[in-house]
Amino acid sequence: MSLLGWFTRLRERRTAELADELQMHLDMAQADRIARGESPRDAAANARREFGNVGLVQEVARDEWNGAGLAAERLGQDLRFAVRMLRRAPGFAALGVVTIAIGIGASTAMFSVVQATLIRPLPYPHPEQLVRIEDDLGGIGARDVGMSTPEWHDLQRSGIFTAISPTWFDNNNLTGLSHPQRVGLQIVAPNYFALLGVKPQLGAGFDPADPTPGFNAQAIISDALWKSSFGADPRILGRVVQLDSDSYRIVGVMPRGFQAPARVGEERRTEVWPAFGFAGAPLSEASVISRSSLFPGAIARMAPGLTIADAQRRVDALVQLLRRAYPADYPARSDWRVRLVPLKDIVVGDVRQPLVFLLGAVGLVLLVGCANVANLLLARATTRGREMAVRQALGGAPSRLMRQLLTESIVLSVLGGIAGIALVIAAKGTLVRLIPDTVPRVNDITIDWGVLAFAFLASLVAGAMFGLAPVLHVRGLDVTRVLKLEGRGSTSSRDQQRTRRLLVIGEVALSLVLLSTAGLLVRSFWGLLQVPLGFNPQHVTVVRTRLPYPNEPKEDLYPTPGAEEPFVRDVMRRLRALPGVDDVALGSGAAVPLDHPYQDQTLLRVRIEGDVSHGDQPLLLTGSEVTPEYFRLLGMSLVHGRPFDDFDTGDKPLVAVINEGMARRYWPHDDALGKRVKVSRVATDWTTIVGIVADARTDSLAGVSAPHIYTSLYQQEGKHLAIFLHGTFEIGAIEHAVREQVQAVNSALPVFGAERLSDVVSESLVMRRFSMMLIAVFALTALFLAALGVYGVISCMVSERTHEIGLRLALGADGSDVMRMVMRQGVRLAIAGAAIGLIGAVLVSHAMSSVLVGVSPSDPVTFVLATVLLTVVALAGCYLPARRAIRVDPMVALSS
Amino acid sequence: MAPRHPPTSRIELLQGTLDLIVLQALRWGPCHGYGIVQLIRAQSNNVLQVETGSLYPALQRLLRQRVIATEWGRSDNNRRVRLYRLTPKGRARLTAERSRWQQLTEAIAALMVAPQPEES
Repeated sequence: MSLLGWFTRLRERRTAELADELQMHLDMAQADRIARGESPRDAAANARREFGNVGLVQEVARDEWNGAGLAAERLGQDLRFAVRMLRRAPGFAALGVVTIAIGIGASTAMFSVVQATLIRPLPYPHPEQLVRIEDDLGGIGARDVGMSTPEWHDLQRSGIFTAISPTWFDNNNLTGLSHPQRVGLQIVAPNYFALLGVKPQLGAGFDPADPTPGFNAQAIISDALWKSSFGADPRILGRVVQLDSDSYRIVGVMPRGFQAPARVGEERRTEVWPAFGFAGAPLSEASVISRSSLFPGAIARMAPGLTIADAQRRVDALVQLLRRAYPADYPARSDWRVRLVPLKDIVVGDVRQPLVFLLGAVGLVLLVGCANVANLLLARATTRGREMAVRQALGGAPSRLMRQLLTESIVLSVLGGIAGIALVIAAKGTLVRLIPDTVPRVNDITIDWGVLAFAFLASLVAGAMFGLAPVLHVRGLDVTRVLKLEGRGSTSSRDQQRTRRLLVIGEVALSLVLLSTAGLLVRSFWGLLQVPLGFNPQHVTVVRTRLPYPNEPKEDLYPTPGAEEPFVRDVMRRLRALPGVDDVALGSGAAVPLDHPYQDQTLLRVRIEGDVSHGDQPLLLTGSEVTPEYFRLLGMSLVHGRPFDDFDTGDKPLVAVINEGMARRYWPHDDALGKRVKVSRVATDWTTIVGIVADARTDSLAGVSAPHIYTSLYQQEGKHLAIFLHGTFEIGAIEHAVREQVQAVNSALPVFGAERLSDVVSESLVMRRFSMMLIAVFALTALFLAALGVYGVISCMVSERTHEIGLRLALGADGSDVMRMVMRQGVRLAIAGAAIGLIGAVLVSHAMSSVLVGVSPSDPVTFVLATVLLTVVALAGCYLPARRAIRVDPMVALSS
Repeated sequence: MAPRHPPTSRIELLQGTLDLIVLQALRWGPCHGYGIVQLIRAQSNNVLQVETGSLYPALQRLLRQRVIATEWGRSDNNRRVRLYRLTPKGRARLTAERSRWQQLTEAIAALMVAPQPEES
């Protein structure tokens, strides 16, 4: 506005100066004439005659001034006029601004999330060169099975990549500080940070070319750990810390906000990175030269100029070569392949679909809002029809009037946009907290220029969109007809009424799409909450601890199940004595239903005795180690055989319990009891299946359980331990009590992550709940706007037909007839809208069928309910104007 | 020139000429609008009477083209008036325009004195 003001002031000054100058000209001419002997009166008249029309001269002279100032002046006029018009109708203006503010605010908020997660490139130099390398064994249906050291070396020598670093996420126990602490640890090659192109904020970091085959005893820590556990000590470099009893020297602190680019939130929040050569101790000689997978995967930077498709082609060729060179390691049956995935897809992969879906939904809300404001503007255009007609009759060019109206709409939308942005900025903190932490890069969400540009553009487009309707109406304005309708306020044409009806029908249709989508999501979510879990999370609390896994075998206090057993029994005995605790079980991390910390979800290689269908290839199955109390404590029912008992210890024959899913899959026609399998962690002995538990939703509430094999914690050691406690107690107190008891057995163990199992269950639905809530809020907003739209159209119709209604009443129609007549109009709108909306809703619901669980995408109940709800709300929107209609006084209506 | 374009319009020609005349009038030094009118009339032996309705738009146009500039000065009876003066760019333009004008008038004069066909 200030630029415009400057233009205006400049122009005003120049106009005044020009007027002075012309006056001076006149004065001088007059003075000359007097000097020549004319009388003052004649002189003045003659001078003026000679001069001509002062105003015209001024105007013609002004026309020479440059065009920008002129356009700015016209714009200034339009803006001032627009603001004045809006001020004169504050209710209308407020409603319009609020509607747009909601639409723009919601869209901008959603866009800022999409911008931060999906659009903005990863914060590394040349992010397009970064990929993650995943190995698949298509033959046994396994994806991302991990990689071996020889494969890593082969890929590194291929020239396809400038650098490759394996990554191996784990937890570790950080000791030597005030209390033992569990930290997230990503074991990487020394070239990891150079590959990403990120330098530590403190220290030199690793030497990317460090040839040490094993651990070089150097570690880099995150900014968060530096601040929380080392008090941001500036002299931290060179300090030695204990991780799982091994010593590491800190050589760097990563900058604030640096996150490891990984799929799982926990790994992204890595706190310590030790450097490892992946070719030496503590790995055995055999595992280093073996071509069966060793570490979970690797990230890589492609050579400059290579597209991912080029690189994939060259990798495919290399894989073919390797398969021929090592047929024993890569049997054709297993169909080993190496797949390159853009690193960004890894980081954002899981949330892309829901976010894009939500952005689309919020766009629909904005559209409904626009339709609503267009409707409001049209209603106003109706009352301003006379003004427009008079202005046209007086010579206002239609183009100028149209520009004027468009300016009004855009002023409205920009005001709405500004209010929307202000809303987002004010509520940003709250909104960000609502976003589940499964969404990556939430910390990167900012209202930056890109987001502001989006909001501004969206409001301009919205303004132009809803401003178009009244503008087109001006063009079609029949001046004569309007001026002839003396005194009558309303001037809406048939055309215009049709436009308004179409807009409302559109609103209703869009609302129905949102409403039925929300309905399906709610039903699906509700269904998931009702699904039989197969275990009972009530009164169960999980607390975690972790046994160290030192690189130096001599340091390992718990190298065998036998060594671990006394620890487990001691902890259980102590915990059972705690007040409020009535049962205790221990298991590995993977035994916690619906919450598999990444590092625990290790796939076990299982061989089935006598099974030839898979040849030499072991099966990859999820498994966990548990104590005998586990099944009882979680209420998992045994369908066959027996659970573990206290005598299934290391010196007894190995036993396993499997789930029904596994029994069905591998022994479909046979009794699985008594069958024998080999689980990779045990070198040679056969494990006998002694029991089968009923299927439980331990992997996901949405799906039936995958095959799962349980072994006894007394026979197979687990390092990441979950302690299951059954009873009634306060969660903070119990974590403290468990820590005391566990550290009484071994003071170096961290105890962390206390959670109620029921919270774990609901936490597993967090992204679904988030989407469902948002869509529901969007749908209700759209519903409300649609009701407003119906209300607007119907009340306008009633006021236009007051005369007719009065006549009908005078001729003997009673109130209910009139009521019916008005309501019929509303119902017609609702039904037309619903019919179109249903088609859209079915299309949308089929597009999102993959996220629907336990409900068909064309679920009739949802669609019927949504339609009924919409119709009822639309009728409510009609009711008020209908009431007004039956109160029409025939005398007043007819005489007006 | 393609037929659908009108020939150089009369007004444009006049405008160009007026601009030249105004610049020529300012050759002797700064002058106000009224003075310019008087100067032109006097120097053209009362033949050219510049309309104010043409003069002031011309002055604004020339100002925009930066061939003249304004300054504040005193009139004969000591009133504050706006004076116009040539800028260096204006001087250059005047020289160029003048020689072009001379060529044009010479060419037209040559045309006029060329042998005429018998008039019927």
